[in-house]
Amino acid sequence: MNKVEIIGTGSYVPSKVVDNDELSHMVSTDDEWIVSRTGIRERRISKEENTSDMATKAAVDAIKSAKIDVNDIQLIVLATSTPDDFIPSTACIVQKNIKAVNATCFDISAACSGFVYGIDIAAQFIRTGRFSTALVIGAETLSKVTDWQDRNTCILFGDGASAVILQKGDKEGIISISTGSDGSKGDALVCPAVPVNNFLSKTKVSLNKGTVSMNGKEIFKFAVKILVKLVKEMVVESGYSLKEIKYIIPHQANYRIIEFVAKKLGINPDKFYTNLDIYGNTSAASIGIALDEIYKKNLVKSGDKILIIGFGGGLTYGGIIIEVL
Amino acid sequence: MITEKIKKIIIDQLELKQKNIGIKTSFEDLGMDSLDLFQIIIEVEEEFQIEIEDADEIKTIEDLINVTKDKIKKQED
Repeated sequence: MNKVEIIGTGSYVPSKVVDNDELSHMVSTDDEWIVSRTGIRERRISKEENTSDMATKAAVDAIKSAKIDVNDIQLIVLATSTPDDFIPSTACIVQKNIKAVNATCFDISAACSGFVYGIDIAAQFIRTGRFSTALVIGAETLSKVTDWQDRNTCILFGDGASAVILQKGDKEGIISISTGSDGSKGDALVCPAVPVNNFLSKTKVSLNKGTVSMNGKEIFKFAVKILVKLVKEMVVESGYSLKEIKYIIPHQANYRIIEFVAKKLGINPDKFYTNLDIYGNTSAASIGIALDEIYKKNLVKSGDKILIIGFGGGLTYGGIIIEVL
Repeated sequence: MITEKIKKIIIDQLELKQKNIGIKTSFEDLGMDSLDLFQIIIEVEEEFQIEIEDADEIKTIEDLINVTKDKIKKQED
């Protein structure tokens, strides 16, 4: 089996900052309420940029970071719950934009675990020798599926994109992976698509609102349990101690989840890298945006280990221990 | 036993200075928000190996104790 290296990272967020005060003019809420319950102070919201636009910019950033030729890319996996269209895939649109003519391209739908699942998929293709170089993207325009009148959800989400380049290499950069799903609890976090409304339908089914709805309590419980489970399982499985993990990057959902998990694990919350205070929850993009920030700020050196953990709608979850080249 | 364990969980989670709290105390009086309640429910679920579905009806410590006793009893049946 081939070794897989992460040779480049990239990200992009829209320039428009929407802070909690601005939201308080739209729905009945305030900065103190939002910060105390989530840790979020502001988020980026797209003005006219769709998922493929942001994904393209993140991809270009990652390609530049990896110092590869775009023609080297043989696989583009794009994780999103907010594609531009059902067809063509957002991955294919990115391919067109960056002219990655040698790539096989497809989207995956795994909500906030999408980036982890995407890296897992690409790593398997490289390990087996099917491809040598892959581009994995997590990208979301959550603002287009947010109910801006629901004060429980509209405070949470932001827009953005992130990307990594994976390549067959001499060193092992993907130390371990663990993933899972629990479809039985899928109702806890939903963004509906298109109902069956065709010429055979006896009654006219009205179009869904097409916005995200969430059972906050169930998702909080799930997130906490999964984070604790994966941190324990993956650290033991890899034979490392928590001391050897430089950062844990959780999906950037809510700071209260992270605080509680740190308490349950008996570790300093600073072990968890967060930037949700300025970007909010960007679903499939969130882990990659944080990962790119860590690399760009030179917060890690060769040999450092990072544990990334995604969890979200599906319900889905997954973790990967990455070793920095 | 159940009452004492639940009180301890609440005192630990909220880092309360007092050693005892009245069971009629509401969670609102303790300055808790909904996420604090979720955290306490998670700890209670793990302590007693039960699942508590309906957090909306749990407003006081007594409510939590009663729901817990009820779930334990249902499990034993």
